[in-house]
Amino acid sequence: MQAMAEGRCGIGTLEIRDAARLQIGIAGQVKGYDEAAHFGRSELVLYDRFTQFALLAAREAMDQSGLNVGASDPTRTGVVLGTSGGGLQTQDENYRLVYEEGKNRVHPFVVPRLMNNAATSHVSMTHGAQGPSFTVATACASSNHAMGLAFHLIRSGMVDSMITGGSESMLVFGGIKAWEGLRVMSKDGCRPFSATRNGMVQGEGAAVFVFEELEHARARGANIIAEVIGFAMSSDASDIVMPSRDGAARAIAGALKDAKLNPSDVGYINAHGTGTAANDKTECGAVRDVYGAAADDLMMSSTKSMHGHLIGGTGAVELLACIMAVRDGIIAPTIGYEEPDPECDLDIVPNVAREAKVEVAVSNAFAFGGMNAVIALRRAP
Amino acid sequence: MMAENVKEKIVEIIAEQAVLQPSDVTMDATLEELGVDSLGLVEAIFAIEEAFDIQVPFNANDPSESDFDVSNIGAIIKAVETLVAAKG
Repeated sequence: MQAMAEGRCGIGTLEIRDAARLQIGIAGQVKGYDEAAHFGRSELVLYDRFTQFALLAAREAMDQSGLNVGASDPTRTGVVLGTSGGGLQTQDENYRLVYEEGKNRVHPFVVPRLMNNAATSHVSMTHGAQGPSFTVATACASSNHAMGLAFHLIRSGMVDSMITGGSESMLVFGGIKAWEGLRVMSKDGCRPFSATRNGMVQGEGAAVFVFEELEHARARGANIIAEVIGFAMSSDASDIVMPSRDGAARAIAGALKDAKLNPSDVGYINAHGTGTAANDKTECGAVRDVYGAAADDLMMSSTKSMHGHLIGGTGAVELLACIMAVRDGIIAPTIGYEEPDPECDLDIVPNVAREAKVEVAVSNAFAFGGMNAVIALRRAP
Repeated sequence: MMAENVKEKIVEIIAEQAVLQPSDVTMDATLEELGVDSLGLVEAIFAIEEAFDIQVPFNANDPSESDFDVSNIGAIIKAVETLVAAKG
């Protein structure tokens, strides 16, 4: 959050094996990370990088929340995390071994390391959460879907609390090579909403939160950071990669309706804002469609300009910007902004963070495949 | 590869994307007229790169700013010929 408030850019040179054979040389890569400083040997043989990120984030979230799953019925706490690729580091390394190096044997734990639900499983094991737990994979909307479903599970009365968020670690040769093929990646930076934008930049990492039923949290004297007040999802049902203004608008409108909000109640939107030509103008159009005149009064920024696109983990990391807005009154900027684009004519908080009192913040996520998920937060009651 | 072959191969690639006969692909036709959308274009460029063993400088975010003219079929052929010649 501190980095977001400072408008610091985490995008730099991509340092992975065979990077010289890639056309894309930049990413929001986690640097200076020593896995052995956080996990023991017997853990690391089972933890892909995306699982490690999820576990570290979950540990911080659980410490901060003070929730002790085992203190009451552990089946009343579950885990729902988003990821798109799952254990891609494991997959990439082991494909190399068998295809490139011709080995005929791989480590026995390849399957439990690479499976998409590995992070969710390890978080549930680590914290003893025995309630409903699963992984959601809806590409770039995975985390928002995961957090929205966690919210629904609590609202339905099925559980009291959920550990939720998302994680991704797609910065591997095969992962970047695949994205290069689509020709939507930028070689020089992520500049959402700027007329000079030329594509997305990938990032990696995780964010995890503890969602808890309000009275349950109050009863144990929890430090409540923000309140989740609404969620909606929609499907474009139109194109596998091109975003739909109508589909995005339906998800945004649905979230406002679910939260019983008027457009003018919303002070800040954390945009999906990928920095591609198509997303940013479609998103701005959808926001105008739903918010109408109120669109001119709200702030909307894309923090992907700083941390890159974490694909299945992105909504979780971006929820941090929404929390910062409602809790601290600091609006994360859209950095790298160079030139206005008439098709993105909203207040996108260019380059420098801003102080503003915000009651309600909304986070957008629109995935490839036309799957949209929008979540709304309010300042802690 | 001879110039005539470049043309023929590109027409064949575009025709496949457009689900047309090669004879229907005229030099002044645009991709839009032929019914090739952005995803089809990206796939056609991949096929061109594979066929001629070249690297096509094309960013789907801003086709008009890319160093590769896709305004019509003739322009694409010319751009590929330049890239093939540069390869030597």
